[in-house]
Amino acid sequence: MVPISYYVILSAVLFGLGVVGFVFKRNIITIFMAIELMLNAVNLAFVAFGTEFNQLDGLVFVFFVIVVAAAEVAVGLGIVIVVARNRKSLNVEDVNLLKF
Amino acid sequence: MSIAMALFIVCGALTIFGAVGLILAKEPVHSALSLILVMVALAVLYLLLGAEFIAAIQILVYAGAIMVLFVFVIMLLNAGEEVRTNLSRLARWVGLPLGVFFLAEMGYLLFHEYAGRAAGAANAPVVASTTDLSMKLFTEFVLPFELTSILILIAVLGAMVLARKEPQ
Repeated sequence: MVPISYYVILSAVLFGLGVVGFVFKRNIITIFMAIELMLNAVNLAFVAFGTEFNQLDGLVFVFFVIVVAAAEVAVGLGIVIVVARNRKSLNVEDVNLLKF
Repeated sequence: MSIAMALFIVCGALTIFGAVGLILAKEPVHSALSLILVMVALAVLYLLLGAEFIAAIQILVYAGAIMVLFVFVIMLLNAGEEVRTNLSRLARWVGLPLGVFFLAEMGYLLFHEYAGRAAGAANAPVVASTTDLSMKLFTEFVLPFELTSILILIAVLGAMVLARKEPQ
Protein backbone atom coordinates (compact mmCIF):
# COMPACT_ATOMS: atom_id res chain seq x y z
CA MET A 1 0.00 0.00 0.00
CA VAL A 2 1.01 3.59 -0.55
CA PRO A 3 1.89 5.35 2.72
CA ILE A 4 -0.26 8.32 3.68
CA SER A 5 2.77 10.61 3.81
CA TYR A 6 3.25 10.28 0.05
CA TYR A 7 -0.25 11.57 -0.59
CA VAL A 8 0.21 14.46 1.82
CA ILE A 9 3.53 15.44 0.27
CA LEU A 10 2.03 15.26 -3.24
CA SER A 11 -0.79 17.47 -1.97
CA ALA A 12 1.70 19.97 -0.52
CA VAL A 13 3.68 20.05 -3.78
CA LEU A 14 0.50 20.65 -5.80
CA PHE A 15 -0.55 23.41 -3.41
CA GLY A 16 2.88 25.02 -3.70
CA LEU A 17 2.69 24.90 -7.50
CA GLY A 18 -0.76 26.49 -7.26
CA VAL A 19 0.63 29.31 -5.13
CA VAL A 20 3.48 29.82 -7.62
CA GLY A 21 1.00 29.98 -10.49
CA PHE A 22 -1.21 32.38 -8.56
CA VAL A 23 1.69 34.74 -7.89
CA PHE A 24 3.50 34.55 -11.23
CA LYS A 25 0.75 34.39 -13.81
CA ARG A 26 -0.59 37.61 -15.28
CA ASN A 27 -3.68 36.33 -17.10
CA ILE A 28 -6.76 36.60 -14.91
CA ILE A 29 -8.21 33.28 -16.17
CA THR A 30 -4.97 31.42 -15.51
CA ILE A 31 -4.83 32.88 -11.99
CA PHE A 32 -8.31 31.47 -11.46
CA MET A 33 -7.09 28.07 -12.63
CA ALA A 34 -4.22 28.23 -10.13
CA ILE A 35 -6.80 28.76 -7.37
CA GLU A 36 -8.63 25.64 -8.60
CA LEU A 37 -5.34 23.75 -8.46
CA MET A 38 -4.91 24.75 -4.80
CA LEU A 39 -8.46 23.61 -4.01
CA ASN A 40 -7.71 20.25 -5.64
CA ALA A 41 -4.54 19.86 -3.59
CA VAL A 42 -6.51 20.45 -0.39
CA ASN A 43 -9.12 17.92 -1.54
CA LEU A 44 -6.40 15.31 -1.99
CA ALA A 45 -5.20 15.88 1.58
CA PHE A 46 -8.80 15.60 2.85
CA VAL A 47 -9.39 12.29 1.08
CA ALA A 48 -6.01 10.90 2.16
CA PHE A 49 -6.58 11.72 5.83
CA GLY A 50 -10.20 10.59 5.64
CA THR A 51 -9.23 7.12 4.47
CA GLU A 52 -6.20 6.97 6.77
CA PHE A 53 -8.26 7.58 9.90
CA ASN A 54 -11.25 5.69 8.48
CA GLN A 55 -13.52 8.72 8.83
CA LEU A 56 -16.12 9.63 6.24
CA ASP A 57 -16.15 13.28 7.37
CA GLY A 58 -13.17 14.02 5.15
CA LEU A 59 -15.07 12.84 2.08
CA VAL A 60 -18.12 14.90 3.06
CA PHE A 61 -15.88 17.95 3.31
CA VAL A 62 -14.48 17.26 -0.16
CA PHE A 63 -18.05 17.13 -1.44
CA PHE A 64 -18.75 20.57 0.02
CA VAL A 65 -15.45 21.97 -1.27
CA ILE A 66 -16.37 20.85 -4.79
CA VAL A 67 -19.82 22.45 -4.49
CA VAL A 68 -18.33 25.73 -3.28
CA ALA A 69 -15.70 25.61 -6.02
CA ALA A 70 -18.42 25.23 -8.65
CA ALA A 71 -20.32 28.23 -7.24
CA GLU A 72 -17.08 30.22 -7.02
CA VAL A 73 -16.20 29.51 -10.65
CA ALA A 74 -19.67 30.53 -11.84
CA VAL A 75 -19.47 33.92 -10.09
CA GLY A 76 -15.74 34.40 -10.71
CA LEU A 77 -15.94 33.84 -14.43
CA GLY A 78 -18.87 36.29 -14.53
CA ILE A 79 -16.58 38.86 -12.89
CA VAL A 80 -13.81 37.99 -15.39
CA ILE A 81 -16.19 38.63 -18.29
CA VAL A 82 -17.19 42.01 -16.84
CA VAL A 83 -13.55 43.01 -16.22
CA ALA A 84 -12.55 41.95 -19.73
CA ARG A 85 -15.45 43.93 -21.19
CA ASN A 86 -14.63 47.10 -19.25
CA ARG A 87 -10.83 47.02 -19.46
CA LYS A 88 -10.51 45.37 -22.89
CA SER A 89 -7.69 43.26 -21.43
CA LEU A 90 -7.16 40.09 -19.41
CA ASN A 91 -3.92 41.26 -17.81
CA VAL A 92 -4.36 41.76 -14.06
CA GLU A 93 -1.90 44.67 -14.10
CA ASP A 94 -4.47 46.67 -16.07
CA VAL A 95 -6.92 46.32 -13.19
CA ASN A 96 -5.31 48.73 -10.74
CA LEU A 97 -7.97 51.13 -9.49
CA LEU A 98 -7.51 49.94 -5.91
CA LYS A 99 -3.72 49.77 -6.16
CA PHE A 100 -1.84 51.69 -3.48
CA MET B 1 6.72 -2.73 -5.93
CA SER B 2 3.00 -3.27 -5.69
CA ILE B 3 0.62 -2.23 -8.42
CA ALA B 4 -0.90 0.44 -6.16
CA MET B 5 2.51 2.03 -5.71
CA ALA B 6 3.16 2.00 -9.44
CA LEU B 7 -0.23 3.58 -10.09
CA PHE B 8 0.46 6.22 -7.44
CA ILE B 9 3.83 7.11 -8.96
CA VAL B 10 2.40 7.36 -12.49
CA CYS B 11 -0.61 9.47 -11.45
CA GLY B 12 1.39 11.61 -9.03
CA ALA B 13 3.91 12.35 -11.78
CA LEU B 14 1.02 13.21 -14.12
CA THR B 15 -0.48 15.68 -11.61
CA ILE B 16 2.86 17.42 -11.07
CA PHE B 17 3.52 17.45 -14.82
CA GLY B 18 0.09 19.02 -15.39
CA ALA B 19 0.58 21.60 -12.64
CA VAL B 20 3.97 22.64 -14.02
CA GLY B 21 2.40 22.78 -17.48
CA LEU B 22 -0.31 25.09 -16.13
CA ILE B 23 2.35 27.49 -14.88
CA LEU B 24 4.63 27.34 -17.93
CA ALA B 25 2.01 27.44 -20.70
CA LYS B 26 1.69 30.77 -22.46
CA GLU B 27 -1.76 30.19 -23.95
CA PRO B 28 -4.64 30.00 -21.46
CA VAL B 29 -6.14 27.07 -23.40
CA HIS B 30 -2.98 25.03 -22.81
CA SER B 31 -3.19 25.87 -19.10
CA ALA B 32 -6.80 24.68 -19.05
CA LEU B 33 -5.90 21.39 -20.75
CA SER B 34 -3.07 20.85 -18.25
CA LEU B 35 -5.51 21.44 -15.39
CA ILE B 36 -7.88 18.82 -16.86
CA LEU B 37 -4.97 16.37 -16.87
CA VAL B 38 -4.34 17.16 -13.19
CA MET B 39 -7.98 16.58 -12.32
CA VAL B 40 -8.28 13.25 -14.14
CA ALA B 41 -5.07 11.98 -12.52
CA LEU B 42 -6.39 13.11 -9.12
CA ALA B 43 -9.59 11.15 -9.75
CA VAL B 44 -7.48 8.02 -10.26
CA LEU B 45 -5.69 8.78 -6.97
CA TYR B 46 -9.08 9.07 -5.22
CA LEU B 47 -10.05 5.66 -6.62
CA LEU B 48 -6.76 4.31 -5.34
CA LEU B 49 -7.65 5.65 -1.88
CA GLY B 50 -11.02 3.91 -2.07
CA ALA B 51 -13.19 7.02 -2.46
CA GLU B 52 -15.25 6.02 -5.49
CA PHE B 53 -17.99 8.64 -5.15
CA ILE B 54 -15.47 11.49 -4.83
CA ALA B 55 -13.62 10.17 -7.89
CA ALA B 56 -16.88 10.18 -9.86
CA ILE B 57 -17.84 13.73 -8.94
CA GLN B 58 -14.26 14.85 -9.50
CA ILE B 59 -14.63 13.76 -13.13
CA LEU B 60 -18.24 14.92 -13.51
CA VAL B 61 -18.09 18.29 -11.77
CA TYR B 62 -14.46 19.36 -11.98
CA ALA B 63 -13.18 17.91 -15.24
CA GLY B 64 -16.64 18.11 -16.80
CA ALA B 65 -18.57 21.17 -15.69
CA ILE B 66 -15.99 23.54 -14.25
CA MET B 67 -13.31 23.09 -16.89
CA VAL B 68 -15.86 23.31 -19.71
CA LEU B 69 -16.88 26.65 -18.20
CA PHE B 70 -13.24 27.75 -18.21
CA VAL B 71 -12.68 26.71 -21.82
CA PHE B 72 -15.94 28.42 -22.77
CA VAL B 73 -14.88 31.71 -21.22
CA ILE B 74 -11.42 31.49 -22.83
CA MET B 75 -13.13 31.01 -26.19
CA LEU B 76 -15.66 33.78 -25.49
CA LEU B 77 -13.04 36.35 -24.51
CA ASN B 78 -10.65 35.25 -27.26
CA ALA B 79 -7.85 35.02 -24.71
CA GLY B 80 -4.54 35.08 -26.49
CA GLU B 81 -0.94 34.79 -25.43
CA GLU B 82 -0.06 36.10 -22.02
CA VAL B 83 1.96 39.29 -21.64
CA ARG B 84 4.98 38.61 -19.46
CA THR B 85 6.06 41.25 -16.98
CA ASN B 86 9.04 41.40 -14.69
CA LEU B 87 8.58 40.89 -10.99
CA SER B 88 8.37 44.02 -8.90
CA ARG B 89 11.26 44.67 -6.53
CA LEU B 90 9.13 43.81 -3.50
CA ALA B 91 8.08 40.49 -5.02
CA ARG B 92 11.64 39.59 -5.89
CA TRP B 93 13.34 40.39 -2.58
CA VAL B 94 10.56 39.68 -0.10
CA GLY B 95 8.07 37.44 -1.87
CA LEU B 96 10.42 34.82 -3.25
CA PRO B 97 12.35 34.19 0.00
CA LEU B 98 9.08 34.06 1.94
CA GLY B 99 7.64 31.58 -0.56
CA VAL B 100 10.72 29.37 -0.35
CA PHE B 101 10.63 29.60 3.45
CA PHE B 102 6.92 28.66 3.51
CA LEU B 103 7.48 25.60 1.31
CA ALA B 104 10.52 24.50 3.33
CA GLU B 105 8.61 24.88 6.59
CA MET B 106 5.66 22.90 5.26
CA GLY B 107 7.94 20.17 3.92
CA TYR B 108 9.83 19.94 7.22
CA LEU B 109 6.63 19.71 9.25
CA LEU B 110 5.09 17.06 6.98
CA PHE B 111 8.22 14.90 6.99
CA HIS B 112 8.64 15.36 10.72
CA GLU B 113 5.04 14.49 11.47
CA TYR B 114 4.30 11.70 9.04
CA ALA B 115 7.60 9.98 8.33
CA GLY B 116 7.03 7.76 11.36
CA ARG B 117 3.47 6.96 10.31
CA ALA B 118 4.46 5.50 6.96
CA ALA B 119 4.95 2.03 8.40
CA GLY B 120 1.63 2.08 10.24
CA ALA B 121 -0.37 2.74 7.10
CA ALA B 122 0.18 -0.67 5.60
CA ASN B 123 -3.38 -1.83 6.24
CA ALA B 124 -5.65 -2.30 3.26
CA PRO B 125 -7.86 0.68 2.41
CA VAL B 126 -11.43 0.56 3.56
CA VAL B 127 -13.56 1.37 0.56
CA ALA B 128 -15.73 4.31 1.56
CA SER B 129 -18.98 3.11 0.10
CA THR B 130 -21.36 5.60 -1.48
CA THR B 131 -24.13 4.26 0.76
CA ASP B 132 -22.26 5.20 3.93
CA LEU B 133 -21.32 8.57 2.50
CA SER B 134 -24.88 9.46 1.51
CA MET B 135 -26.13 8.20 4.88
CA LYS B 136 -23.81 10.66 6.59
CA LEU B 137 -24.60 13.43 4.12
CA PHE B 138 -28.37 13.17 4.59
CA THR B 139 -28.41 12.73 8.37
CA GLU B 140 -25.54 14.48 10.09
CA PHE B 141 -24.79 17.04 7.37
CA VAL B 142 -28.30 17.62 6.06
CA LEU B 143 -28.40 21.32 6.99
CA PRO B 144 -25.12 22.20 5.22
CA PHE B 145 -26.31 20.12 2.27
CA GLU B 146 -29.50 22.14 1.98
CA LEU B 147 -27.54 25.36 2.42
CA THR B 148 -25.33 24.47 -0.56
CA SER B 149 -28.42 24.44 -2.77
CA ILE B 150 -29.15 28.02 -1.72
CA LEU B 151 -25.49 28.89 -2.33
CA ILE B 152 -25.66 27.51 -5.86
CA LEU B 153 -28.92 29.35 -6.52
CA ILE B 154 -27.33 32.64 -5.42
CA ALA B 155 -24.22 31.88 -7.50
CA VAL B 156 -26.32 31.27 -10.61
CA LEU B 157 -28.25 34.50 -10.07
CA GLY B 158 -25.02 36.41 -9.43
CA ALA B 159 -23.37 35.04 -12.55
CA MET B 160 -26.38 36.02 -14.65
CA VAL B 161 -26.49 39.54 -13.19
CA LEU B 162 -22.75 40.02 -13.71
CA ALA B 163 -22.54 38.67 -17.23
CA ARG B 164 -25.64 40.19 -18.83
CA LYS B 165 -25.30 43.12 -21.19
CA GLU B 166 -25.81 46.55 -19.67
CA PRO B 167 -28.99 48.12 -21.01
CA GLN B 168 -27.93 51.15 -22.99
